[in-house]
Amino acid sequence: MSSAATGRPVWSAAVVVIAVLVATPVAAVVVDGVFTTGATQLPVGLGAMVLTTLGLMLGVAVGTTLVGGGLAWLVTAHRFPLRDVLAWLLVLPLAMPAYILGFVFLSTFDSAGPVQGALRGVLGDGVWTPEVRSLPGAVVVMSLTLYPYVYLLARNALVEQSPGTYDAARTLGASRRRAFWKVLVPLARPSLAAGLALVMMETLTDFATVQYFNVRTVSVGVYLVWRGSFDPGSATRLSVLVLVFAVAVLAAERLLRGRARFHQQGARGRGLRPVTLTGWRSWGASALCLAVLGAGFVVPVLRLLAWALEDAAADPSGLVDPRFVDYLVNSLLVAAIAAAACIALSLAMGHGLRLGSGRLARSAAQLSTFGYAVPGAVVGIGVLLTFDVLDDALRGLGVPGGTGLLVTGSVLGILYAYVVRFLAPAYQAVDASFAKVSPTMTLSAMTLGASPRRILTRVHLPLVRPGVMVALVLVMIDAVKELPIVLLLRPFGFTTVSVWVFELASENFWEQAALPALVIVAAAIVPVAFLFRQVRLLDALHRVG
Amino acid sequence: MRRPVRTAALLCVAVTLALVVSGCGFLGIGDEPADLQVYSARHYDLEEAFADFTDETGITVEFLYGEDAGLLERLKSEGEQTPADLFMTVDAGYLWNAARQDELAAVDSPVLDEAVPADLRDPQGRWYGLALRARTVVYNPDAVDPAEFDPQDTYAGLTDPKWQGRLCMRDETASYTQSLVASLIDLRGREYASRVVQGWVDNGVEVMSNDILLLEAVDAGECDVAITNHYYLARELEADPDLNVEPYWASQEGAGTHVNISGAGIVKSSDSPKQARRLMEWLAADGQSDFVDANHEYPVNPDVEPEPLIAEWGEFDRMPVNAEAYGDLNAQAVDVLAEAGYR
Repeated sequence: MSSAATGRPVWSAAVVVIAVLVATPVAAVVVDGVFTTGATQLPVGLGAMVLTTLGLMLGVAVGTTLVGGGLAWLVTAHRFPLRDVLAWLLVLPLAMPAYILGFVFLSTFDSAGPVQGALRGVLGDGVWTPEVRSLPGAVVVMSLTLYPYVYLLARNALVEQSPGTYDAARTLGASRRRAFWKVLVPLARPSLAAGLALVMMETLTDFATVQYFNVRTVSVGVYLVWRGSFDPGSATRLSVLVLVFAVAVLAAERLLRGRARFHQQGARGRGLRPVTLTGWRSWGASALCLAVLGAGFVVPVLRLLAWALEDAAADPSGLVDPRFVDYLVNSLLVAAIAAAACIALSLAMGHGLRLGSGRLARSAAQLSTFGYAVPGAVVGIGVLLTFDVLDDALRGLGVPGGTGLLVTGSVLGILYAYVVRFLAPAYQAVDASFAKVSPTMTLSAMTLGASPRRILTRVHLPLVRPGVMVALVLVMIDAVKELPIVLLLRPFGFTTVSVWVFELASENFWEQAALPALVIVAAAIVPVAFLFRQVRLLDALHRVG
Repeated sequence: MRRPVRTAALLCVAVTLALVVSGCGFLGIGDEPADLQVYSARHYDLEEAFADFTDETGITVEFLYGEDAGLLERLKSEGEQTPADLFMTVDAGYLWNAARQDELAAVDSPVLDEAVPADLRDPQGRWYGLALRARTVVYNPDAVDPAEFDPQDTYAGLTDPKWQGRLCMRDETASYTQSLVASLIDLRGREYASRVVQGWVDNGVEVMSNDILLLEAVDAGECDVAITNHYYLARELEADPDLNVEPYWASQEGAGTHVNISGAGIVKSSDSPKQARRLMEWLAADGQSDFVDANHEYPVNPDVEPEPLIAEWGEFDRMPVNAEAYGDLNAQAVDVLAEAGYR
């Protein structure tokens, strides 16, 4: 016991240090906002913006829970045609960057677009069509593209589930519906809550999609004040308001998780035994998955493909730009390093808390996830501010040149900002897996004299591996498509695929932007394929077991 | 369970390899920097123009593209250590702001003073306009007779009830919309601007978040009239000459059509201000066509002809650019738009 006991304070301290590192840029923004002089500009109609934000969040929460949770249940608990392929394809809508999504959806589905045009062609000019540019329109599109967060985490929860509990309930006479609601849903609740929290934070910080749908959220207010009055101070002060929403989301997540703790006994579960669907049900299940995938992924991809082909037909030389490779390598490299860092930090935090930590460490871990709720541009400014302070301090200490051009002269600034922003998805995924590991496992290992490090590598790591894989996918995809941070902090000559898309899209060269946008989607398939391979391995293990 | 360790090791090897392959440019070391470094919120065809400049002068140029708000913050944060020599934006308001925040150095250049009209440059020479864009009225000729427009005050004329349900405009988050309204405030005061915006709203203006969507909507007959930047129309016409959209030069018998500029100023802590000045002079004079033509923009230099496609639309009178108004009144413009419920 003694070796374990001496190891613990170190791990608790590690949790606090990580949290401080990650919280610093966000805190810098808040402090800078509060202490810079000048009256805060409030956007006119702030009240309406708050209500709109609440409405959008509620709508997207319901939408993603239904779509993401429902699909996770469908693909893990049932067998139907194409299930194995669909199970991982359903993650793909995540790969579509928000700054191209809005335009692609509108130019496809709005009144002047091809879909409504075709409808009018078939049904006549008078046919009624819903207003696409509206709050409900935004809710539908965001639900169709953000559901993978809930889907991935919920699916993971169901895969990790040991079938024992569900089977026991069934044997004891519970109907399938009752067993689902009384056993499976409570067990999956931490994962559902974690996924939803991520969706809510994405919704909060989204600026691009809502703008296209004429939905004015608080984030749009922040942008209006910053761009409109050329006053970054006011904008940062206002982004504190966005943070308040984020705190509410995280509090709600804790509530949703509930006080109850559901741990698996023994080794990681082998998942539910899937029921084979037959007849119309089986094809219905495939059709449902395909429909969601079609609306959230295939249609925008086809539209992009059409533009890319148009562009290639007009100017085939654009297809073989040698810079493609350079940009792609940059994107993947930064994303991979960021993902590795986020996973390592999440593991350290989850492990530290599991070894038994005080309230301080627990709150610190919570604090570290706020970065995700802060818009990328604000995190970027926060990193600049942090290094400004560091620079001043170093000069004060007599170091000539201070930090030099460390932030914007190398990729370090981008990586730091990525960790600040993407630690949340990594930690949520890893933590949701930790939540299902029974504390008795850790305690037994400690009683048997295992050192904290040994517990990490031999007990915790193997048990939370599915969470780690999910974290990898989430952070990689998020990082590959991330734009405002790279745009603000990149050094000269460092261009990523997302910057490349934006350069073209911001000037409305959609035909030319289509190809790099497809490259982002393709790049996102890499981690997804990786995850898929892992899932297959797990399934194979189960069959052997 | 040795798999995670193996995966991590593989990842490390891959990253190291990639670093070596990419020649460490990734870490900001390696590559010899160019003679001039430009922070630019403008991307379009900069590469070609700069390459031509290098051919003529031997001065190499590289640029970093970003959004003007972000680039200005970055300049401020980097302070004296900034690598940037030139700051280029797509909005007069931002140039005015950068100058006000003391980030730009004054230039004394007879070439620039001659090439750029007085209202398109800073009186103290801290920035110069280099390309001109007009924000004017476009219409669907099947639905609108251009005689229907008010030739004196075209933007305000769209508040007439006859335009009820026929208007499409850009959303209020766009700087295009904001600087148009700021110029209306500058022209006749805030109350006038409020009345105009309210009139558009009362006419049921359909607000879209993209100029191309506006042009598509006019072409499809979803709206009869829209306000867009002239070069988007030129670009769409180039791609599809049958596009059913015509331009109309706004307020020709009044204050003139609303315009804004792309422009640049020399960064205060630039270590090559002479070469930076040379680049600015080239962009405004010898390289002016290079710089503006591909994007169908109007030259600021009165001695340079616009490219043929937009030249076909004829000459037009423009509203004088008051950069201070675009910079200083922009916040008011945002409020005016919000108060009228414009969205």
